[in-house]
Amino acid sequence: MKVKGLIAGSIAAGTLFAAQLAHAEDPIKVGVLHSLSGTMAISETTLKDTMLMLVEQQNAKGGLLGRDLEAVVVDPASDWPLFAEKARELIEVEKVDAVFGAWTSVSRKSVLPVFEELDSILFYPVQYEGEESSKNVFYTGAAPNQQAIPAVDYLADEIGVERWVLAGTDYVYPRTTNKILEAYLKDSGVAEEDIMINYTPFGHSDWQSIVSSIKKFGSEGKKTAVVSTINGDANVPFYKELGNQDVSAEDIPVVAFSVGEDELSGIDTAPLVGHLAAWNYFMSVDTPENDEFIGNWLKFIGNDERVSNDPMEAHYIGFNMWVKAVEKAGTTEPSAVQDAIIGVEVPNLTGGTSTMLKNHHITKPVLIGEIQDDGQFDVVWETEDLVPGDAWSDFLPDSKDIISDWLPPISCGNYNTVTKACSGQNY
Amino acid sequence: MRPPFRVNPHTKNQLHRMRLFTAWLCCAVLLFAGRFAIGSEQNDLIDSLAEELRDRKTVAQAIDTIVSSSSEKKGEWLEFILEGKLYVRKSDNKVVSVVKSDGGFTLSAASNDEALGEAGKRDVSKIKINNKLRAKLRAALAQLALSNPDPEKRLEAVEQMLSKLDDDKAEAISKLSATESDPDVKEMMVLAGSVHALENGSKEEQLSAIASLGVNTRSIVSQRLQVLSESEDADIAAAAAESLEKIQKRISIFEKVETVLFGLSLGSVLAMAAIGLAITFGVMGVINMAHGEMIMLGAYCTWFLQYMIPGFIEYSLIVAIPLAFTVTFLVGMVIEFLVIRHLYGRPLETLLATFGISLLLQQSVRTLVSPQNVPVSNPSWLTGQIHIDPALSIAVNRLVIFFFCIAVFMVLMWLLRRTFFGLKVRAVSQNRQMARAMGAQSSRIDAMTFGLGAGIAGVAGVALSQLTNVGPNMGQAYIVDSFMVVVFGGVGNLWGTLLAGLSLGVANKFLEPWVGAVVAKILVLVFIILFIQRYPRGLFPQRGRAAGN
Repeated sequence: MKVKGLIAGSIAAGTLFAAQLAHAEDPIKVGVLHSLSGTMAISETTLKDTMLMLVEQQNAKGGLLGRDLEAVVVDPASDWPLFAEKARELIEVEKVDAVFGAWTSVSRKSVLPVFEELDSILFYPVQYEGEESSKNVFYTGAAPNQQAIPAVDYLADEIGVERWVLAGTDYVYPRTTNKILEAYLKDSGVAEEDIMINYTPFGHSDWQSIVSSIKKFGSEGKKTAVVSTINGDANVPFYKELGNQDVSAEDIPVVAFSVGEDELSGIDTAPLVGHLAAWNYFMSVDTPENDEFIGNWLKFIGNDERVSNDPMEAHYIGFNMWVKAVEKAGTTEPSAVQDAIIGVEVPNLTGGTSTMLKNHHITKPVLIGEIQDDGQFDVVWETEDLVPGDAWSDFLPDSKDIISDWLPPISCGNYNTVTKACSGQNY
Repeated sequence: MRPPFRVNPHTKNQLHRMRLFTAWLCCAVLLFAGRFAIGSEQNDLIDSLAEELRDRKTVAQAIDTIVSSSSEKKGEWLEFILEGKLYVRKSDNKVVSVVKSDGGFTLSAASNDEALGEAGKRDVSKIKINNKLRAKLRAALAQLALSNPDPEKRLEAVEQMLSKLDDDKAEAISKLSATESDPDVKEMMVLAGSVHALENGSKEEQLSAIASLGVNTRSIVSQRLQVLSESEDADIAAAAAESLEKIQKRISIFEKVETVLFGLSLGSVLAMAAIGLAITFGVMGVINMAHGEMIMLGAYCTWFLQYMIPGFIEYSLIVAIPLAFTVTFLVGMVIEFLVIRHLYGRPLETLLATFGISLLLQQSVRTLVSPQNVPVSNPSWLTGQIHIDPALSIAVNRLVIFFFCIAVFMVLMWLLRRTFFGLKVRAVSQNRQMARAMGAQSSRIDAMTFGLGAGIAGVAGVALSQLTNVGPNMGQAYIVDSFMVVVFGGVGNLWGTLLAGLSLGVANKFLEPWVGAVVAKILVLVFIILFIQRYPRGLFPQRGRAAGN
């Protein structure tokens, strides 16, 4: 045993030494941690391709710090524990300097301890439920106050909605988002009986009775809307059933937080026209930056039918922020980049400038779009200014006093402003 | 002396004619000019609004202008805007209606239907509307449609206006109802009058409206009655409350009927998905984890057909059924020949092998087609609803799938019970040695039977493509449910599968509103586990000698 250990140790040391020598000429490695098989492949494959495109473009611009970039792609296969293993493999074996990846909240929670233990960096590009801020994670997707709350404001103020159906898939993101929304609605004077909450299992396909009850709930005189956190594949049969039962967007609009251009490209959109989605980016946004991005994307993927979507923009922003931070720090060392990236500003694709905040979230505009018959969204409303992401919701009693601030002197992701104490929990 | 000027009678006549002609010409020119003037006014209207229509902030205003104008083409314009067919040509701000052609649009002027040739997508900009405007357009169109010659259009129009009646509209409708010839439309118009009277009438009008409405299950009637039942006038409040109670009683009956229908529909989907498995697992005893992927392949056949022949969507399903059957039948035979044949009598290995096949098929679809879902369109004859009552309607596609399930089931029963092939299948599955001794080629029969099971699953895929999304993962959603149905129904019994599917569907739908979708699913599963504990052979156990094996 001892001899074996010694040999293994010296081999490891040797490899390490060799690796150190070769380091100067080596490309900078960037990890891409997105499922290419299994249930989440439908959404995550696109993000893998986006990352490959961004790396290719950066190399065409001359790389970073005079070195080439290299994307290391692994496939965690929609298997949550495998996400953690693959993350460890990327950081320890492949020695990547930053990882871009994960989609579902459970996969993010699964890799979190790995990134904290090895002190690496993860850019997480998807809208999520908040209530988290890790030193090692940068959240480039929307927090609830950058998607859900403005969407509800739009429905209440512009459409005059008074009754609310909060429909979601039964897991952590919808449950937390709906908890926040319920608290928010009650704060703004909506009565208990005017809120209906409904959860369905993953991949739910028979929506007959739920749509029928939504229809009944909406026929009692007050303007009704559905706020949908229904995830993934379950959306198609849901919208089809709405069409089946003659529920039009004019009677009961549905605003969705998980339906983007990519999801719509698999559906016949005729029965969906007029339903809404809230995102921070739409493919139809008319800006020069977006035109260029879409042009590059279609050329890179070699298919004119492909679409771009919100998490792609999040990766675009996150990648550019990382590049800027590395240039600012002069090194790819994760801990230096973690400090340098706070305050970095990069243009987003909707004509504004997004900033990395000290709580590791970014500023984004919020757009409400109506689904058109060509599977695109037409922006009907947007916030006047960029909205800063809020890690800890102000509408939940447990988290309203908590803030995240990764700058000294606080340097804490879970800081209670009343007791002036950091909870000690890292995320 | 000059001779007297004599007019040739002939010439005179000519002169007269000429005068007449001149007069006529003058008139014609005048008339034409007048025509032209009116026409150009109309032209001006839509084209003068081009700028406003293009801007999202002013489009509502422009639509108001169109609605209040007297142009005879306004109905057409409003309809085009609603359907998203009205564009503005960027070069000269002309409003045009478009028909999509290859890579561009064929334009015609909105003002006078003059053909304006082709244009690229970037040469024109669409007049964009939102939900508020769509509602406004529909209301305006409904008002115009009140005088449409088609009675169905009139009926639709009145029905649509029911919840948004004001005094003017109600009066217009009541005037029209006097001359209305179609009884259905007339009835709807009278109903509209009563609904309006409920809110705005005098006490007598309100009371007579409550009486004449009777037990009407429209939601607008209940809403109005609800308000009246809290009225200060005791007579009205009592009459409204009484009427409301009757209505609610009827609605609650309809709700129960609806739940049963929903349950039967879900049940037919479950049974549909499970029938194929009832053969491969039920009759042959192969634990076939790749069953869901056969459903997926069938659904992909539908997509493939629609993708290859885009103009053929109306009939694509009819063709997709034999295509999906053939494809999955062949795939099933190949799987049987390559894998399952070598594993008979080793259920655990069969389970693992077929699970492997299912992953293999999923990933190959992901690689060959796309990891994204693919769009399958619904033909128009499968959309819409059959209205039995305002509170009860059935979706056409659900109804068709229910009867399709029954039909597939009947064909299968006939095949197994009444044909020589079916006899051999049953013989081999009941006693392989004896069947072989009697001259049945058991290996060929096995391959055919497995292929049949796979083929039926493929046909189910065609039906399911109309209800849910078609993607590499779709089979996964049905595999557990299918096993559940087959085991509950009694392995080896086709009737059991059908009845188990339907009863599980109905049970699920009765539980769902009560405990929620998640818990309903759990309860059904728990019930089946307990049931199988008590009756291990399911609802309809196989009887006879074969049952022991």
